[in-house]
Amino acid sequence: MAKQFNVALIGNPNTGKTSVFNQLTGLNQQVGNYPGITVEKKQGVCKLARGVKAHILDLPGTYSLNASSLDENVVIELLLNKNDKDFPEVAVVITDVENLKRNLLLFTQIKDLGIPTILAVNMADRMKRKAISLDIELLEERLETKIALISSRKNEGFDYLKELITNYKTLSVKPCLNASVIAPEYFDRLRKAFPNQDLYKLWLVITQDVNFGKLDRQEMSSVASFKTESISNLKRLQQKETIARYQFINGVLKETLTIDTANAKDLRSRLDRVLMHKVWGYVIFIAILMLIFQAIFDWSSYPMDLIDSTFASFGEWTKNNMPAGDFTNLIAEGIIPGLGGIVIFIPQIAFLFLFISILEESGYMSRVVFLMDRVMRRFGLSGKSVVPLIAGTACAIPAIMATRNIENWKERLITILVTPFTTCSARLPVYLIIIALVIPDQRVLGIFSLQALTLMFLYLLGFGAAIFSAYLLDKVLKIKSKTFFVVEMPNYKLPLFKNVAITVIEKTKSFVVGAGKIILAISIILWVLASYGPGNFNKASEIVQKQEIANNLTQVELDQKIASFKLENSYIGHIGKAIEPAVRPLGYDWKIGIALVSSFAAREVFVGTLATIYSVGSDEEETIKNRMAAEINPANGKPLFNFASGVSLLLFYAFAMQCMSTLAIVKRETNSWKWPMWQLFVMSAIAYVVALGAYQFLK
Amino acid sequence: MITIASLKKGQRGIIKEFSVDVVPLKLLEMGCLPGNEVALVQTAPFQDPLYLNINGSHLAIRKETAAQIRIEIIENE
Repeated sequence: MAKQFNVALIGNPNTGKTSVFNQLTGLNQQVGNYPGITVEKKQGVCKLARGVKAHILDLPGTYSLNASSLDENVVIELLLNKNDKDFPEVAVVITDVENLKRNLLLFTQIKDLGIPTILAVNMADRMKRKAISLDIELLEERLETKIALISSRKNEGFDYLKELITNYKTLSVKPCLNASVIAPEYFDRLRKAFPNQDLYKLWLVITQDVNFGKLDRQEMSSVASFKTESISNLKRLQQKETIARYQFINGVLKETLTIDTANAKDLRSRLDRVLMHKVWGYVIFIAILMLIFQAIFDWSSYPMDLIDSTFASFGEWTKNNMPAGDFTNLIAEGIIPGLGGIVIFIPQIAFLFLFISILEESGYMSRVVFLMDRVMRRFGLSGKSVVPLIAGTACAIPAIMATRNIENWKERLITILVTPFTTCSARLPVYLIIIALVIPDQRVLGIFSLQALTLMFLYLLGFGAAIFSAYLLDKVLKIKSKTFFVVEMPNYKLPLFKNVAITVIEKTKSFVVGAGKIILAISIILWVLASYGPGNFNKASEIVQKQEIANNLTQVELDQKIASFKLENSYIGHIGKAIEPAVRPLGYDWKIGIALVSSFAAREVFVGTLATIYSVGSDEEETIKNRMAAEINPANGKPLFNFASGVSLLLFYAFAMQCMSTLAIVKRETNSWKWPMWQLFVMSAIAYVVALGAYQFLK
Repeated sequence: MITIASLKKGQRGIIKEFSVDVVPLKLLEMGCLPGNEVALVQTAPFQDPLYLNINGSHLAIRKETAAQIRIEIIENE
């Protein structure tokens, strides 16, 4: 196979870059991470004419080559490193025809790097409606490039874009303006110190330190004769550079772009008037939130019940149809219930990502940020914290990654620290199953289901805990950071089905695979620990028979006694008994204690753990819920999951920091173990105290 | 001092010189540069943040940042 050449898609956020990527690659794409960091790396293959194939890399959206976040830094590091295996042979800069002026800033910077660059003007289908006309030929000449007018919505212009990509070798590599005019003397010194280097590249390497400070400057410091400028002087030069670029762009667009402003009365102002109204804006936002919760709790319960019972009967089927033995038991009692505990999440995760991606794609999310900023700031958060807090109801991991666009470090740190309080979907199965067991299935005032109200209360509790602890942290943390806040207010767009579908599939898949590995591993370990034991474990049937000899039990009753004796004397039983003193004041027995401890890997393990523990040695086909309902507290002969212990468990899960993956992400995003450890201990201590109080009070 | 924060809804102004040390580079890159036009599209409830149209780009910034950027208001004829 001929070597594929690399194409990088670069562009500002909100230019439809991802749609273009989806159009070029179809479903022929993979999403991963850049090594060592959690920035999403999307790549795919595009078939060009005559069997030529191109490797397409969708770089994170950035407004310029001056990085101010980890995501943006990825773009610069790649473009400055010719030896990177992904270094592009050709760059395609995606722009939005309605924001051409701003989008071209990045284009001129890429051009200055000497990489062959194509300008793709997206959303060209809007030109007619917006009365925009563009002199392509002249613009191509001024910008030293080739231009493709495309519309990812209408799937237009892609053949021509592909043709341009195929013939990238004919593109000009001349820069379209000379950046060194901003400080001729300084650039002169640069040139003399590093005669073999590209001038603009040098400039970028120097200035990245001002903003971000991650690039390797070894080469620079090796030349001692070169004296650089102070940080504030460099910043001033960056401003001059930006001004020079805009002057150039304004001049070029004056010649080539005309907009008939009479036609510009548009959807934006009309929708803004309603969606950002001081009353209706909030009403609509709350209504949308309620719709999302309705979908998560109510609509997804049908497929979830189906999945639950399917896995129960599948486990039973396996047991009956595979040769009896340890291996079958491992599959039927360990792996299948464990897997069921992950698959059951799919409907909820999918709904959540569906809504979030629709809100983001449509441009509504920026309006929410705008509306909520003032309110959130009172609690030490930013309007941009709303997105992580909403996303946190799906999963804290993407939510914490979504804090990256909060520019203020203190606001960002507080958002990261409190996001795990929001009720993530991993808590949901725990909540659902316990609510079903301990909260009566009644209606209040004849309409509201008591169980649904309890669930809603738990969500509010999560948000309340997040907001309240943010308020405290804002008072306690002494971090000085410049507050600034810049949000682009994009045009409203009808979300593209293809984009939404790909996002939902990708996010759900990565959640299931990521969580799945942990859950699978834990359920296997648990099964082994529950199926083997020291000493008395192996003599279980003799001991039990001897004990019960006077009681005249039937064979079935005897088997049950043996099974529970075995479990208590298995390895996990011994561990559980050791934990029991710590959890008994909360109203739990040792089995719940085990589930609680294994939940520190990931909360959703709770249900799977109990399912695994209860199904070991049991032959009946049963759903997890019925098994739990049948558990009896040996101390008083009442159901183990009663109102007091149930509420205590609900509260424990509401507050405790039980998720290894979240801790790992927080470590990466804050670059220290201090904050994840703080979360682990403070949150779990709160959880223990609250659960203890609740049980002792309700008991 | 007349700044972006002094604009009334619908009013326009021309951006004057300002200190780079208090205004983020990102804002400059979005087109907030001396000589460019700025218009106040809308304010959020509690008059903060401000929704602006700067040099043809729609963006929102907080009042405290806006108060750092001097402008000259364009009087409507």
